[in-house]
Amino acid sequence: MSRFVKNGTVEMKNVPSIVSYGSAVGRMEGEGPLGSCFDYVSEDSAFGENTWEKAESRLQQHAFEQALLRGSIAESDISFVFAGDLLNQCTGSAYSMRNNGARFVGLYGACSTMAESLCMAAVFADSLEGTLNAALTSSHFCSAERQFRFPETYGGQRPPTSQWTATASGCVIVGKHEAPPFIKTITIGTIIDMGIKDANNMGAAMAPAAYDTIKTHFENTGTSPEDYDLILTGDLGYVGSEILRDLFLQDGVLLGERYNDCGLMLFDRKKQDVHAGGSGCGCSASVLCGHILGRIKSGELKNVLFTATGALMSTTLVQQGESIPGIAHSVHISFDGEQGG
Amino acid sequence: MKLTENEYGVLAKRRSPNTKMYKTVPAAFAVGGIICCIGQLLTNIYRSVGIAETTAGTLTSVTLVFLSAVLTGFGLYDKIAKHAGAGTLVPITGFANAVVSPALEFKTEGYVLGVGAKIFIIAGPVIVYGLAASAVYGVILFIIQTP
Amino acid sequence: MEYLWAFLAGGLLCAAGQVLIDLTSMTPARILVTYVVAGVFLGAVGIYEPFVQFAGAGATVPLTGFGYLLAKGVRNAVAENGLLGAITGGLEACAGGITAAVIFALIVALVFSRGDKTAKIMG
Repeated sequence: MSRFVKNGTVEMKNVPSIVSYGSAVGRMEGEGPLGSCFDYVSEDSAFGENTWEKAESRLQQHAFEQALLRGSIAESDISFVFAGDLLNQCTGSAYSMRNNGARFVGLYGACSTMAESLCMAAVFADSLEGTLNAALTSSHFCSAERQFRFPETYGGQRPPTSQWTATASGCVIVGKHEAPPFIKTITIGTIIDMGIKDANNMGAAMAPAAYDTIKTHFENTGTSPEDYDLILTGDLGYVGSEILRDLFLQDGVLLGERYNDCGLMLFDRKKQDVHAGGSGCGCSASVLCGHILGRIKSGELKNVLFTATGALMSTTLVQQGESIPGIAHSVHISFDGEQGG
Repeated sequence: MKLTENEYGVLAKRRSPNTKMYKTVPAAFAVGGIICCIGQLLTNIYRSVGIAETTAGTLTSVTLVFLSAVLTGFGLYDKIAKHAGAGTLVPITGFANAVVSPALEFKTEGYVLGVGAKIFIIAGPVIVYGLAASAVYGVILFIIQTP
Repeated sequence: MEYLWAFLAGGLLCAAGQVLIDLTSMTPARILVTYVVAGVFLGAVGIYEPFVQFAGAGATVPLTGFGYLLAKGVRNAVAENGLLGAITGGLEACAGGITAAVIFALIVALVFSRGDKTAKIMG
């Protein structure tokens, strides 16, 4: 059984392992700085489908299959799937899992969903012996654009603070204590709304939530930034990352070189026209699964604090003039599997 | 959070880069100007073959709308608009793009509920408030002119 | 010379729109509505007519010209048909542009495949 510490932090008693992981991305992500890290890169952003919604579900299936493949796991061995995406009613995930008989838990945490689903999978794996739990998320630029912004062929100009929804997916499978990477602690975040109303500046809307969750995690676990090789946020982008550094600096804490953001890693902001960086559930999912977990497994990275951030808004509420609430969840992934913390 | 919403707003604004107006405004000026020159050229061509002024004006609009629709279909209008901004938004070609792009995008939801219902999802307000303003003007005009 | 004025007038109207986009948080739809309503107003008070004489397509191609056309249509229709003209005049005058946009949109939806901003830029 996992142990509840306080204020959203849960300590893993058996320290479950990430037994496998997989990633799948679209063409632009494949041409980005991390292009060679991903398990599956599609030149066709439709993934062979005739609608963008189906394309996203297909993309998610690729990440799921890659994770099964890497771990030599049969689909029927998966006990529970925790999955989510950005589409209305979480349909990207529901339609990707509708034919495989998986025990399915649909989650919505906007772009924080990778951390949210990983938290769920970790607690399940830690508490229910013998279960294999998949955490799975995706986002697709084209399906997100038509739901949240404009048609693909509409001639709009994006402000410099806007971010580019990644066409990407990642899947992590969590099981019993075996080999690194291990999940040691998680911190579930609280909703923080600092009054940002600009839907083209998600980084600024989400940064306070990231600050709050990471700070709470440090306090509850008695750790400090120096205890981690990498503090990784999901998709704060350029604007949100700078704000997060500022917020910690006000407490006298320097995040420095050990801090990075998946939205800044997935794309080359100079060469690729993504403005403030990548975003979407798939952004943090693909960077975690394609670039980070392998390096923890090999011991290159010892301790990573993975914190995915989400903007819990809808176009309706933004049009009604409401500000954008942010959320962030943290997962401490470690090379060291010492039990009982 | 130690900051108030206002203090945070100031911090967020400081970290949010502004649009490079020294680039966007000249680009909008140039592209918008060129589209108007194409309009002038079309009007002159139609007039030179003996078409009346009002009809030539309408034909010019229709031709520009056609050109914009084709560019939108090929996915080129949004590529130009990315740099031109208001230069491609404000001319009638921008109105056409705002009608054509949802028609193309929502094709996957069918020709009635997708294309038909969503065709004015962006340009609708322009027609609604343009017509409303003109009707208000008409009523005022009628009241003034009635002895 | 008329091309120069068309370029300058049209360019200026677009540049003003860009300033609005960059400095205010106005969405494109709001800017277009503002332009059309402004065109109706300027047409109604008689300022836009001389501007059109002077700048030609530089005044008629931007959406303010669309508003001017609505106002002009209503003025003529009210003179002809009285109060009924307030309702019929606007749409009559701009029927060409609106119907063309709808028809071409339908044709494009039929003929072309959907757009994709993430695809490689063509040729």
